[in-house]
Amino acid sequence: MKTAPVNIVPATDQRSPTAQLSIRNVTKVFQGKKGVFNKLTGKTKGDFVAIQDINLEIEPNTFVSIIGPSGCGKSTLLNMIAGLSPISGGEILLNGMPITQPGPDRGMVFQNYALMPWMTVEENLRFAVETVDPKISKKKRDRILKEYIQLVGLTGAERKHPHELSGGMRQRVGIARALAIDPQMLLMDEPFGALDALTRGFLQDEIERIWEQQRKTVIMITHSIEEALLLSDRIVMMTRGPAARVDEILEVPFPRPRNRETIDQHPAYHDLKVEMESHLFRETRAVEEARVGT
Amino acid sequence: MALSNATPTGVIPSQPKEPLWQNENVRAFGLFMLTLGLFLLFWEVGARSGWFVRGVPTASETIQEFWWWVTNPFFDNGPNDLGIGWNLLISLRRVAIGYILATLVAVPLGILIGISPVAYKAFNPFVQLLKPVSPLAWLPLGLYLLRDSEKTGIFIIFISSIWPTLINTAFGVASVDKDYLDVADTLGASRLRTIVKVIIPAALPNIVSGLRISMGIAWLVIVAAEMLLGTGLGYFIWNEWNNLSIPNILVAIFIIGLVGLLLDSLFAALEKFVAFGRNS
Repeated sequence: MKTAPVNIVPATDQRSPTAQLSIRNVTKVFQGKKGVFNKLTGKTKGDFVAIQDINLEIEPNTFVSIIGPSGCGKSTLLNMIAGLSPISGGEILLNGMPITQPGPDRGMVFQNYALMPWMTVEENLRFAVETVDPKISKKKRDRILKEYIQLVGLTGAERKHPHELSGGMRQRVGIARALAIDPQMLLMDEPFGALDALTRGFLQDEIERIWEQQRKTVIMITHSIEEALLLSDRIVMMTRGPAARVDEILEVPFPRPRNRETIDQHPAYHDLKVEMESHLFRETRAVEEARVGT
Repeated sequence: MALSNATPTGVIPSQPKEPLWQNENVRAFGLFMLTLGLFLLFWEVGARSGWFVRGVPTASETIQEFWWWVTNPFFDNGPNDLGIGWNLLISLRRVAIGYILATLVAVPLGILIGISPVAYKAFNPFVQLLKPVSPLAWLPLGLYLLRDSEKTGIFIIFISSIWPTLINTAFGVASVDKDYLDVADTLGASRLRTIVKVIIPAALPNIVSGLRISMGIAWLVIVAAEMLLGTGLGYFIWNEWNNLSIPNILVAIFIIGLVGLLLDSLFAALEKFVAFGRNS
């Protein structure tokens, strides 16, 4: 399967002066088990290099998807950007400042929603808003809560607890919570991974609509080629782990607002899709072969 | 045309009405009453025709006796002739004080142990060593140290009801879903705010389960402890044993069971209240 490469940006370290987020030579190593005690119990384990020497520049107000075979370290990379997981080597700069810890300048949307089950929809949002700005006035807070609950289309469900909502509605709350703190960028870790196909489609359209309104920088991890093509400006394709790296970056030229019914009529759609499919297929097959080989 | 004879829209086909005797609850109740009736009949006939040892009361005598105690709960003719209501209140008071003290120690300590791996490793040997000790083993020590039967009773309740709450709280706090902590972290929540707003509510189902087990143990232990202390339901049983009044012992056993059931249902309801769709 040979196709002409389309709009591929070389993945070498091109430093952009306008980048909002710069990932420079980032490596993640999970420490193995060493030491005398572990040796005695036979539990020694070598270090595991999850990702190696990743370089990525993300411009403001772009929607970037990261796609790659399972277990390639996509989530690890996102967690490092979020500041939840320490960086083993290299650095990640946000507006030129290295990231050392989590912070409300990056809003996070979790695959399993991560809503507090004991809080209502409104309380989940309020917890986020009040944590970020403890001195916020009641009036301003209530206005923000109302605005974001409305943005994700949950007006009327404010006093419901997460267990009373469907999966799709829960993730809407998750998105509203991440946006309500007005972060500089949104990090989404397979946000629709736990949803059925139909709900997934609804929420993708919602994300597209919300993104048109807010134009925040988004980094989204996904498994779905169609999802990446529908939503992103750029698609980062990663190789398989261990020592995963960025293979290539695709520019997605479709005009916005995009529509799932008509997007595949764009002349570049087919080539991009084939390119991604062959990449994912190649990497996934290599993962399978490596597994059989050991 | 032949296809159009489906049920008209908007009309739900009516379910055939289930006969009353096929309802599961009705049948369970029937079986319960039948078993109870057979048991009482066996008891009555057995006691009357001398199948058991001498002095076993008949079922009807026992029920009459029960009725008398329940309708005259509050009389006071000295410590050896006290209404069952007073004895119940005395026992409940001891349990309440000891249990509340245990909770006040166990919950904060459990949170600390659950949060800090160092505290966990440091306190675990104490917990593991003291947990399997029978509550009654503390009785002589309590009497010697406190020189007071009332305080000793409370001490026994305290020492025996502290462990389940402590262990469950520590477990609940230590196993809070990582996602909730990540949410708090990404928002930049302070440690205190994370503990108060995230960790404690997340661990609440476990904490309440611990409190429920502790309450069960406290109620078990108080009866045993009171046999050696004077006043209370335990002492009532001991006293009636000395009077060789078997019906009264049976009455007390029934009341102890009933109150235990009531306390447990209270905590079961509380567990449900804090679960919010989680099954703890």
